[in-house]
Formats: sequence, structure tokens, C-alpha cells
Amino acid sequence: MDPVIAFRDVSYNIRGKEVLRHLDLEVAAGETLVLLGRSGSGKTTALKMVNALLTPTSGEVFVEGKPTREWDPILLRRRIGYVIQESGLFPHFTVARNVAVVPELEGWERSRITARVDELLSRLGLPPEEFRSRTPRELSGGQRQRVGVARALAAEPSLLLMDEPFGALDPVTRRDLQRQFMTLRKTWTKTSLFVTHDVREALALASRIALLHEGRLAIVAPPRDFLAAKNEEARFFLAALDDLPEA
Amino acid sequence: MPASLLNEIMELTGEHVVLVAVALAAASFIGIPTGIWLTRKEAWRGVVLGFTNVVQTIPSLALFGFLIPLPFIGGIGKRTAIVALVLYALLPILRNTLTGVLGVDPAVVESAVAMGMTDRQRLFKVELPLAAPTILAGLRVATVTTIGTATVAAAIGGGGLGVFIFRGLASVDASQILAGAVPAALLALAADGGLGWIERRVARL
Repeated sequence: MDPVIAFRDVSYNIRGKEVLRHLDLEVAAGETLVLLGRSGSGKTTALKMVNALLTPTSGEVFVEGKPTREWDPILLRRRIGYVIQESGLFPHFTVARNVAVVPELEGWERSRITARVDELLSRLGLPPEEFRSRTPRELSGGQRQRVGVARALAAEPSLLLMDEPFGALDPVTRRDLQRQFMTLRKTWTKTSLFVTHDVREALALASRIALLHEGRLAIVAPPRDFLAAKNEEARFFLAALDDLPEA
Repeated sequence: MPASLLNEIMELTGEHVVLVAVALAAASFIGIPTGIWLTRKEAWRGVVLGFTNVVQTIPSLALFGFLIPLPFIGGIGKRTAIVALVLYALLPILRNTLTGVLGVDPAVVESAVAMGMTDRQRLFKVELPLAAPTILAGLRVATVTTIGTATVAAAIGGGGLGVFIFRGLASVDASQILAGAVPAALLALAADGGLGWIERRVARL
């Protein structure tokens, strides 16, 4: 089957700095590919090329077989769910309106939107009657990220981009959301590209891990193989797993 | 206070309010769209803000004087006065529109783009509502200063409460000066309070 996303020899330079160098990577339908790397490794840059927030300096990113340059960016973006670390919720909208943004842009019927919003809020553990009319300011960090995820899923995109979605949360809430994400994933057929610098998160969520180091792809492997990888940067990340103090 | 004076105060206050309202409407009509345009055209920001800044530094009496000889907009009367008042009101309105829109949380703007909003949808659904308190603050500053500056308009036949002040100056009559200055100050206070209230209401949304 054709890959849903394909990076073909993609480089990205900004102000003389090479952020991404000759990236070749494919994401298959239904998989959760985790882009792992340190800050500045180019993982977020790669992610933002998929929904055309950034354009490659050279090379081509294909989404569903078509180069992003040839997509109408508005159409492309409405087909792709996007979750970021700071949630980016609209502070002047209620929770319900935030979740309803893309369905509204797409001109869904009112009743269908309401039903969809309630369904998503319940699935993400936010009882609709309690949360529907709150504003983002009245939510905790974890609740905001849940709303962010609900918003990204609202128009039933087949592709999901997540940029350190749980990065700013306390460890307990993060674990909670990771579990929820895994549960959700069992019931859907979405393809996701997930950026993180947390190797634990990568190992827990990924079907495959793509490790980026200084803009280059160091290794792509399923979690099991990643654990055994000899690659120096991979070892560096895996060493973090051993850093727990003795019990 | 004689009834004739009271009548004149009412009449000139009315004239003053019209002068200020027309000037502010025109300044908003020019300043807000220009401010929005500048959020998208970084290269023009310095030039446009520089021009409005320079206008702001010209003493008001001198600016009225400069405008009189100009064709179409110049001459003695209300039109020239309004042109000058618009030029003064432009800077706070334009600058606050620009900083208000640029000050919207980048994560929120990025979300709007990433969710497939067009530039226009992003502007009207996200950026302008969130920038509204800042834009209103600019409008409030412009209103208060315009109410003050408009008193000078009487010097070139613009009418308004300045008529009392210039008459009082010429005849060394403090009560005439007060008849112009007190209502002008009250107008400024009322505008400040009223617009401030609206601003807080909008900011709470």
C-alpha cells in the first residue's frame, strides 16, 4: 500500500542553518510513527511540512501520494488533525466551540456538530454537560490538552499530527493521557505522526520510532528493535531509561 | 449663569462632540485597516509608523497653520480642523491595532492556520476578537486626546468649545476660558470612563 506520508530527500535551511538534511521517511496507513530527537534535531520542522506550515527548501513531502506543494493548503490542513504542546485553544471560545472549529469551517449541520462535540468530550473523559460551556481559562493543563485532542479529531481526519502534545504536563497527567491515547488508537484507523523528546513516550506509543539527530535520520525501527539499537544517538536516549535512582 | 451662556455652552459642546466624532470615525476607518494591513506587511511598518509618529510631534497650532494653505483639504473652517484631528488620532489607533493583532499568542495563531482557516477567517474569528481590548484602548487614548486638541480647532474657524477659550484669552476673561475648558475636561473624563468600561467588558469575554 502507498504510504500516507512520504519524505523524499527533504532538506530545510533557515538563516544558513541546516535544520533538516536529506530526510527519507515513509509513514504507512494506520501506524503511529514517533519522531524522536533532542531539541533542534529537526523533528518539529519535519512535522510542520506535512500540513504545509513549512515548505521544504529542497526535496518533496507527499501526503496521500500528492506533493504538499500541489495541495491547496486550506484543504490539506482541514484533513489533518493537529495537536501542539501549548494546546493553542482559542481563549475566547468555549470548549464546545473550540472542538467545533473544523466541522464549522467545513459547514457541518448544527445538530451533527453538537453530537460530535459531545461524543468526543465524553470519549476524552470530559463530561459534556460539565465542560461544554467552559472557557479554556477554566481548565487545567491536562483538560486543555484533552480538548486539544478532541478538536484535532473533530472532523474525523484520517491523519493526525502531534507535536509534543503531552510535553507540558505533570508526569501523572501525562501518563493518563498517554494511556487514553493508546485506548483511542485501538478503535481507530488513523495514521499519526507524533513528535517527542521522551524516549519512554516513544517506546510506549510508537509502532515505529524515527530518531533524528542534527537534522539527519539516525535510525527507524519498531520499539523492540530500537531498544537493541547500536546507533550512538539511540544509545544516548536509551541510557536515560537507566537513570532511575535505586529503589 | 445667564441662560444665553448656558445655551452657547450646549451649542458649542454639541459642535465639539461632532468634530471629535467625525474625526475619530475617519481615523478608525483609516487606522484600523491600515494597522491590520501592516501586520501582514512587515516591510512597511517602519515607514508608516514613522510618518504617524512625525505627525504626532508637530504642535497642534502649527499643524492647523500648515494645513490652511493646502488645496482641497486646507482653508479656514471645520474641514481643515477635522483633517488635522484625524492625523493626530491616527497614531494610537494604528499602533494599537498593529500591536494588538501581533500580540495574539503565536500558538493560537498557528492553530488557526493549521486547522485550515483562510487568512480572512483567521483575522475575523481569531485575531481581531483577541486584539479587541488593545484596539479599544487605542481608540480611548485617541478620543481623550482628540477632545483636548479639538479646542485648538477654533483658531482656524473649526468651532467647538475652543471658541470660548480663544475668546477668553483675547478678552482676558477667565470665566469665558472656564466655560470652554470645564465642559471639554468633563467630555474627556466621560469618554475615558465610558470607553474604559467597554474595554473591560470586551476583555472579559
